[in-house]
This record gives sequence, structure tokens and C-alpha cells, in this order.
Amino acid sequence: MKAKVYVTLKNSIADPQGNAIRGALNKKGFSNVEDVRIGKLIEIELGDITKEVAEKQLNEMCEKLLANTVIEKYEFEII
Amino acid sequence: MKFGIIVFPGSNCDIDCYHVLKDILKKDVEYVWHDTDNLDKYDCIVIPGGFSYGDYLRCGAVAQFSKAMEQVKVHASEGKLVIGICNGFQILTEAGLLPGALVRNKNLKFICDTVSLQVENTSTPFTNLCKEGQIIDIPIAHGEGNYVVDEDILENMKKNNQIIFTYKDNPNGSLLNIAGVCNENKNVIGMMPHPERASEALLGNSDGLVIFESIINYFEGGAKNE
Repeated sequence: MKAKVYVTLKNSIADPQGNAIRGALNKKGFSNVEDVRIGKLIEIELGDITKEVAEKQLNEMCEKLLANTVIEKYEFEII
Repeated sequence: MKFGIIVFPGSNCDIDCYHVLKDILKKDVEYVWHDTDNLDKYDCIVIPGGFSYGDYLRCGAVAQFSKAMEQVKVHASEGKLVIGICNGFQILTEAGLLPGALVRNKNLKFICDTVSLQVENTSTPFTNLCKEGQIIDIPIAHGEGNYVVDEDILENMKKNNQIIFTYKDNPNGSLLNIAGVCNENKNVIGMMPHPERASEALLGNSDGLVIFESIINYFEGGAKNE
């Protein structure tokens, strides 16, 4: 069982990296780009477990380590 | 009184802190390796700057799970003192011992500079020798020092006087120019600037000494001042 975990800054937190990339894209001619938010993609190989257990584990992993829920939000998909 | 300095793989300001406490202030101080399971003999724990465990996921994210940090939580819950400097501040927020979080500097740059700090609260164990509104010049060296916190928590922090240091000229985008905060009980403090790098006249700046002297004064004040 594999999972992809997406960790991104909460909307209320300014993203200086995203702003820099938005500026670069605008300069490259993509003048329509209004906002860029940068996050992390974490791919996890979970071994042979059920989807229910995987979901439980992933929630725990995100709450405890993968995301800092003061500033970040997370979502995941199980493949 | 006795200081303990937690050393994680990747800590790099531990030796500076040790030097200031041992050689300049002549206090009893020991290094404490990150796998310790007992901090009973220490009155004040220093969590030094550096890059604990490489800061790979987020600054301080992995260090919060070390055995030493479990003990720091116990130590703090007993009302003893904890001071986190730079990476130590980041670890304390990750561990939930201090409110808020530290994100990338607004200008995306690693900033190495000396900045002016205003002391906002002089009635803590860490600032009791500061004068009201005192300005101290302390070096900073960080890429993630931009302090953020939820609005409702910030309101509580203001009411409870938990904002301890603010930048006179905000270098990194921190909310309300915040450079250092403490917990509700005022026994755990975190600050991005490095007082241990400004504690020796020989090196050109001793403005940081007042913080370590305040801690010592908190424990030994009466006897020492007489």
C-alpha cells in the first residue's frame, strides 16, 4: 500500500516562496498567474496493511510529524 | 544552581552557551546528550541553536521526539526554567511548549546581522535585570525566524504579557515584530536572537549577558546581590 501526503501552508499564512515563484512566472510571460502556494509532497510505502489501518496511520503521522498544524494543513491519497 | 545544555546531532551553539555560563559567569553547567532520560539535577535547561537532526522536514520537527525533549516537557511542567535560542525556539514551538511557529523569512534570505531588541516584559525569570523598555543589540542568524501565531492565541499572549522581545526594525517579517515569547507560566522562553554570541566585551558586545544574569538572579539573586 502506497500513500501520497500533501502538506501545504494554511491559507492564513503568507508564503514568501510562493510569492517569489509567482513573480518569476509573471515575468516569464504567465501574466495571468495570480497566486502560487508551495507545499510538500511526501510519498510513503506503507507495506501490506488495510486501507482502514493506512488511513488511521496517515492521520496520526500527519498530526504528529509530517505537518505542523499550527501553520500547515494536510491531505493524503492512498494508492 | 545548575544549567544543562541539550546537545542534539546538529546543534552548533552549545559550546558558545557553555563558554558563557562556565567561563564568563562561572556557573555549574553540563552538556546533556539528546538521549538523556533524566534532567532532575538541572534548574535551567538551555536548548541551543544549530540544525538539530539536519532540520530536514521542518526546523525542530524531529528534535521534538527525542528522549531529552520528553524530559524537557516534564522539567517545564515542574515550573523549572527552559530557554530555547534560535533552533531551540523552533524546537520548543514544534514540541508545543511555546505558542506559534517560525516560518521562512519574508525575504527568503538567511539573515546574519546584529539587531536591536526591545525588552517588552521585565518581570520574567529571563529578563528580571532588564530595565523597562531597555534596548539590547543581539545577533541573529536564521532563515526561518518569521514568527506566526493564530489571532486568538495572540490575544491571550498579549493579555498575559507573553511577548518578551520585539525587533526595533523587523528583519524577517515576524508578526508584531516578535523576536521572543514565553509560555503562560513564564518559565519557558524562546528567542530567535543569540544572546550567547553577545556576552563578552572582548568580542565587542555584551548586551546578551543580562539574560543569563537574570536567570542566575532568579535562582540566587538575594544572596548574590548582597
